Amino acid sequence: MEITTHGLWTLVHGMGFGALYLLACSGAVVELWRRYAATELSPISEREEGFLWAYLLAMMVLAWAAVLTGTYIVYPWYRAVPPAGTVDLAGYPQRLLLSSPATSGWHSIGMEWKEHVAWLVPISITMAFAVFSKHRRNLRNHPELRAMVLSFVAVSFLAAGIAGFFGAMIDKRAPVEGGPSIRLIQGESR
Amino acid sequence: MSSRSGDTPAPAAPAMTNGSGAAAVVAAGFGSFVLAVAAIAADKSAAIKSMMNLYRPTGPLSGVTTTAILAWLVLWMVLELRWRNRDVAIKPAGAVAFTLLALSLLLTFPPIADLF
Repeated sequence: MEITTHGLWTLVHGMGFGALYLLACSGAVVELWRRYAATELSPISEREEGFLWAYLLAMMVLAWAAVLTGTYIVYPWYRAVPPAGTVDLAGYPQRLLLSSPATSGWHSIGMEWKEHVAWLVPISITMAFAVFSKHRRNLRNHPELRAMVLSFVAVSFLAAGIAGFFGAMIDKRAPVEGGPSIRLIQGESR
Repeated sequence: MSSRSGDTPAPAAPAMTNGSGAAAVVAAGFGSFVLAVAAIAADKSAAIKSMMNLYRPTGPLSGVTTTAILAWLVLWMVLELRWRNRDVAIKPAGAVAFTLLALSLLLTFPPIADLF
């Protein structure tokens, strides 16, 4: 059982950073919605406040890690240009997708949207983290500000979902593969 | 995550202005919008596309995202310096920011971006 280094980085980018970010979104929305509402009367403990601060920090790190690995590590492999006369486009995902009308939309719509919309995620969650770091429990006294933070986190979930969906579908049709292979487990021959 | 009996209740929240928060929200909306506009500009103009090619393996995407991040951070810094100690009208500021964010989501969608 082996995986190529390009495949491993794609996995780390999508299934690691991206998927973890998507999973984390619901927790942030619920916590901000439930505990930081102006109508919520029970006091927020320092432990709860610290937990949400660390949670949003982790989300911010995941979001930046996802877009930076995607843009600067995986995307160059995706858009690699094959030498003239190359017939087998397996190592050139963008060109492979564009080579057929049945798959070209996955690049011209899917990847073109994904590569840009994904960047709304770190911008939004960095804002959410910064606002929460500044206001913390005081966010209860600023319901409009809390509503904006919630809205941006919700949009970041949508943007991350779009990027994740197209990333997964594109990788099914034209996987980013190449580089040295890493042996994970020695299989048995039958 | 409701408060547990062993948790230390946080001290009463001190009164704070909303200026810093508003600055962060507006700048985030603006940065997102710049990203969408820069992406369209790089797609439509060969000169801008070439200018945005900061890192060849990534292509124009490197310049588009760097431009947006710089615009976002610069505006955030400027607004923070101007608004940090005051209350601003958060509803209109929030409405502008969210409109810019929603437009960014739409403008990055290729069939809509291709209309320009």
